[in-house]
Amino acid sequence: MGGLPGMPWALPWPFDRTYMQLALLAAVVVGAAAPLIGVFLVQKGMSLMGDGIGHVAVAGIGASLLLNTSPTWTALVVAVAAALVIEFLRARGNATGDLALALVFYGGIAAGVVLAGRSTTNTNLQPYLFGSILTATAADVWTVLALGAVIVVAVAITGRALLAVLLDEDSARVAGIPARALNVMLAVLTAVTVVMAMRIVGVLLIAALMVLPVATSRLVARSFRTTLLGAVGVGVASSVLGLFAARQWALAAGGTIVLVAAALFALASIVAGARRAGAQADSILAGPH
Amino acid sequence: MRIMLKYDPGTATVLAAHDVSFAYGTEVVLEHVNLAVRAGEFAALAGPNGAGKSTLLRILLGLLAPRSGSVEVFGVGPHELRDRWRVGYVPQRPRIAPDLPATVEEVVATGRLAKRGWWRRRRADDRDAVEHALHSVALTDHRRKRLSELSGGQQQRALIARALAADPELLVLDEPIAGVDVDSQRLFRDSLVHLVQQHQAAVLLVSHELGAVADDLDRVIVLKHRVVFDGPPAELAATGVSLGVHRDDLPLWLEELS
Repeated sequence: MGGLPGMPWALPWPFDRTYMQLALLAAVVVGAAAPLIGVFLVQKGMSLMGDGIGHVAVAGIGASLLLNTSPTWTALVVAVAAALVIEFLRARGNATGDLALALVFYGGIAAGVVLAGRSTTNTNLQPYLFGSILTATAADVWTVLALGAVIVVAVAITGRALLAVLLDEDSARVAGIPARALNVMLAVLTAVTVVMAMRIVGVLLIAALMVLPVATSRLVARSFRTTLLGAVGVGVASSVLGLFAARQWALAAGGTIVLVAAALFALASIVAGARRAGAQADSILAGPH
Repeated sequence: MRIMLKYDPGTATVLAAHDVSFAYGTEVVLEHVNLAVRAGEFAALAGPNGAGKSTLLRILLGLLAPRSGSVEVFGVGPHELRDRWRVGYVPQRPRIAPDLPATVEEVVATGRLAKRGWWRRRRADDRDAVEHALHSVALTDHRRKRLSELSGGQQQRALIARALAADPELLVLDEPIAGVDVDSQRLFRDSLVHLVQQHQAAVLLVSHELGAVADDLDRVIVLKHRVVFDGPPAELAATGVSLGVHRDDLPLWLEELS
């Protein structure tokens, strides 16, 4: 397994080995980039978008076995198509965000099951679902880095306009913001991210890191900017701590990262709850104004 | 026919509906609606519930296409208008995402996107305009609070500040007074009157609650699927409907007009 130039770098345990350093790079980039998309999905009530797209993409991989096409490209086409259908249903108002997700996902997964049943080859789909971050190659890490760069640039350019769309789509459109095009861009970006990353880190990790750090950050942050930056911080911290724990106690790396992200959410809930209770106590002690 | 030789802020039409009709399926909502709002005019679009106010508003803003007829904003179709910042729009407060993690300042700053181009970064003049808009609705002290932490009236003021941040020449407000406290109503009225008088902007207020601005309106347009009244409030009073006296049950009184 090849590394990046100079690997293994002189990092302390548990990141002393090349495979751990590659895993660290991949996890940190996913941990930083996934919440940047997730913050918009969560606010739109589409927290399960990443997970659902992932399952549809797995169905696409099943189809590629039958059709004898490239798994990644087939999954990408299927996932982007599913994302566009979801966005279309949502924008037309035919279905709420979560109902649109459910419609497409169950249809997609069912098609995948039927297609895989027709296939003669028996490929293990499990790595796509749960990931195998510890076997990431240098090429995988370059893919993840490129994807992360695309997400950062896209959010840097469209983030303010997307905030206006989240606030109120009609007034954004009156202001000349291409709300529909931005929603479509977000849907496509989600699909591309999930497909490219799931091959390397698994659906579970990419989908969870789109949502959990955002949920954590929203509890404590006030502004949209700090929500975004906080979510990135939580995502990166979950990746580093998760990999550390995985090596320390020989746990499944992807799952451990997600568990750390969930634990950080629980911690933030307690802090936010205590802060609210404190504020209430203050106002009661201060008496009526 | 009057020929407009040059742009005259006193008479230039900034918003017009020409013979606009609309129906949802077979249910006719608007019938041959004609109206014009001129620069420097403070106008209200009133009418009972279900009279087609919201539909007309969406058509005027280019969010909905009329079945027949046409709309002009600053002399062109709503989609042909290049300088979108010239139109400020304050949506109904319940439309705003209630749990959005964004500060008052961030929300107001989105009002500058139309002026500088939505893909561009914030500049110094954007910051100044946001500052000024926050000040004009007395929310400077609340700028770092989350929008959801404010009272209903304060949220409404924040949305007005967002529209004012682009220095619009036409401000359209959808039900801005509903559920707003008295302090906010006063600040709201002051900022609209200031906009009309100092900046020669036109204001179109869509509401069935006009008591707070009754004395300031130049014109009232009453809609009941078609325009049943269009004139100054004093003339409306001659029909037996007074914006001041009937402030609490205006929709019922407007129902009587034909």
